[in-house]
Amino acid sequence: MITVKYFASLRSLAGKEEDLFNLGSETTLERLSEEISKTAPKIGEMMRGKKVMISVNHEVVVPGAVIRDGDEVALLPPFSGGC
Amino acid sequence: MSTALESTIRIQREDFIVTDEIEAIKKASRNIGGIVTFLGTGRELSKGENITQLNFEHYPKMAEKKLEEIRQQAIRDYGIIEMIIIHRIGEIDIGENIVLIVAAGEHRKEAFKACEWAIAELKRTTPIWKRETTSKGEVWVQDTP
Repeated sequence: MITVKYFASLRSLAGKEEDLFNLGSETTLERLSEEISKTAPKIGEMMRGKKVMISVNHEVVVPGAVIRDGDEVALLPPFSGGC
Repeated sequence: MSTALESTIRIQREDFIVTDEIEAIKKASRNIGGIVTFLGTGRELSKGENITQLNFEHYPKMAEKKLEEIRQQAIRDYGIIEMIIIHRIGEIDIGENIVLIVAAGEHRKEAFKACEWAIAELKRTTPIWKRETTSKGEVWVQDTP
């Protein structure tokens, strides 16, 4: 299973903190975005439009990244830490 | 002679005491001669709106990992001796402490540079988000100067 975590504004948009997807042993962010679109079309669209930063296992990845079974994917809105 | 500090990177709900952190970093080395601190606090006004409360959330593990990377790079690239980074999460009132960076070097010059770089890098790379509550409602901040 692939775990997808939503944070801040994206959690509000998704209406949940995380999702689980079974997409085989290996898949792509593009394929994952299509699955996410089934319940949260705007988030899927933002992923494909490169309007959201994505991390896999706590490291930011580029759009063409491969995702493997067991990975933790996080969708990260623009950061606003500090003050 | 240097001593390893117990916790140089912290993300926590509770407040911190700036002077305690300065005293703690002094224990890292007897060669420390300059300490620079950056303290970020809750501001009342944002884009013309009065903020009544702030709320911070983070991505556990990744946020701590990024802060540790910032600390290590600051020590390596700026030649400082030690750095402490603390960021609070949860509800924070106006005027309360949010973030603290303490940079300690042999001299002031590298400590100033490292401290300024570290807060900019924290804002750029660390998955922490701020939600502001105003009279118009709640909004997740998407752009911070």
